[in-house]
Amino acid sequence: MADFDQELDASGLNCPLPILRAKKTLNAMASGQILHIIATDPGSVKDFDAFAKQTGNELMESKEEGGKFQFLIKKS
Amino acid sequence: MEQKKLAIIATKGSLDWAYPPFILASTAAALGYETQIFFTFYGLQLLKKKLALEVTPLGNPGMPMPMGMDKWFPILGMTLPGMQGMMTSMMKKKMQSKGVASVDELRELCQEAEVKLIACQMTVDLFDMNTSDFIDGVEYAGAAAFFEFAGESDICLYI
Repeated sequence: MADFDQELDASGLNCPLPILRAKKTLNAMASGQILHIIATDPGSVKDFDAFAKQTGNELMESKEEGGKFQFLIKKS
Repeated sequence: MEQKKLAIIATKGSLDWAYPPFILASTAAALGYETQIFFTFYGLQLLKKKLALEVTPLGNPGMPMPMGMDKWFPILGMTLPGMQGMMTSMMKKKMQSKGVASVDELRELCQEAEVKLIACQMTVDLFDMNTSDFIDGVEYAGAAAFFEFAGESDICLYI
């Protein structure tokens, strides 16, 4: 997995908390910085894709590893 | 691109029905929507500082019951004193164990994200509700004020 600037562990959290926490974390980051998110909610795969499309932040990577979902989002 | 708008009317005051307005409003705000929730009738319960929201399977055959309770306690059993409180605490435990946010938390997230919370002045008066029981930041208005925002919204939901 590529480098990232900040990490958010949203394991155990259910909809819509992973998205809300990610949004909050991104708010405090600078444009171009990358956020790594870990989640266990299977719905988060589609949700982060939709979040990126609607907010303009780029979803650089989305994958499942060992029962956890991992995302890299670059702040626009 | 102009900011999208979401207008919600929240009319229900039970624990289960508290979720849709707050989940949708907080998520919409995170997606960049300007969002308002208009609370009317029983929905006003969702604005109380001290939330006392409950669930009941009465009149709701779709509510999944834990441990086959629907077989042990048919409808009449559900009317026994204390049953609603018990169902509510079981539901809250279940939600916590599944990582579902509390209504308090979602409501706070809505306020942080500047979701506008509007209480229907008419129903506040109708039920003789005390506005000091409501959380800070609530605005009071009527139907015309709702339409001012809803008329320009991209999505409008009645919950």
